[in-house]
Amino acid sequence: MSKFKKKKSGGLPAINTASLPDIVFMLLFFFMVATVMRDNDLKITVGLPSASEVEKLEKKNLVMYIYVGKPSARYKKTYGTEARIQLNDKFAEVSDIAAFIYSERESKREEEIPYLITSLKVDKKANMGIVADVKQELRKVNALKINYASIKGDVSRNKD
Amino acid sequence: MAKRAAPEVNAGSMADIAFLLLIFFLVTTTMEKDSGINRKLPPIEDNQEDVIIKQKNIFTVLLNGKDQLLVEDELMELKDLRAAAVKFLDNGGGTNADGIKCDYCQGAKDPSSSDHPDKAIISLKNERQTSYGAYISVQNELVAAYNELRNIRSQKVNGMSFIAMQKNYKDVNWKGNKEKLKEKISQIKLDYPLKLSEVQ
Repeated sequence: MSKFKKKKSGGLPAINTASLPDIVFMLLFFFMVATVMRDNDLKITVGLPSASEVEKLEKKNLVMYIYVGKPSARYKKTYGTEARIQLNDKFAEVSDIAAFIYSERESKREEEIPYLITSLKVDKKANMGIVADVKQELRKVNALKINYASIKGDVSRNKD
Repeated sequence: MAKRAAPEVNAGSMADIAFLLLIFFLVTTTMEKDSGINRKLPPIEDNQEDVIIKQKNIFTVLLNGKDQLLVEDELMELKDLRAAAVKFLDNGGGTNADGIKCDYCQGAKDPSSSDHPDKAIISLKNERQTSYGAYISVQNELVAAYNELRNIRSQKVNGMSFIAMQKNYKDVNWKGNKEKLKEKISQIKLDYPLKLSEVQ
């Protein structure tokens, strides 16, 4: 009576994976949209200070970044351990800042220039001397809007 | 000849390709948003005239190379700075430039301290050896002092804190009259103008 033989109920039925690509694509699109590509890699270490009264920078394309900090381990031999300035992806001197600001302004539309903000990303262990030099240089080229980049947090964490 | 249907493309590996891309974007993503303390540098002026400011209207904050804080010629801990700045700014012991008394000040009205929030100036001086972390801490406390006063004032006048008003002003989805809000914000800013000068 093989005709009426019962089907073997061995093993679980395979899970349908047809919708797996859809799920993965959904995640993919989310991350693609949320991604901001790192446009310059840091040659210095910047440990940002903490502050409680921070404001967010709204328009990312109107921000110019100046980094100040100690050269990272790879560059210690050539550049020493004193705090240095980094513009784009090169080490720079204080005197290069004016040229940097001008070239940044050049790349923006004319009506956007008054809204440009300079974000100072400075290591909390750096000395104020180099920061004062940077600020003086910015005043010379009339880039007066600045932002001291800092993480939202309590100021007591700045001590160590 | 029988017409043969085009063979179906095997889509089994699509998930693998998508995973590959997904992992790439997962690794490269940086989610953080830039934030910080906004400040404005003073422009360079050629003909600098000396403005005479009464000593009692200046609140001197000195940060030395060892990150020690000297406020009004007295050593002070960082945690006490905010309260001291608030006390100084909100004193309202005299009149402003137009001869009007500060009717909204809550301070002690001490004649030996600042006359009016309009006249009160905080002067911050640091040395080249000062660490940036300490400098930001002090900046933060001073900005916090101003924000505290503005919040109190705003709560009284508009029933909403100053920070909340600024947040609403930036919020695209906020339903309300933005023009009016802007006016209110600038009025509060006028009541307690941020006068923080840095000595070079």
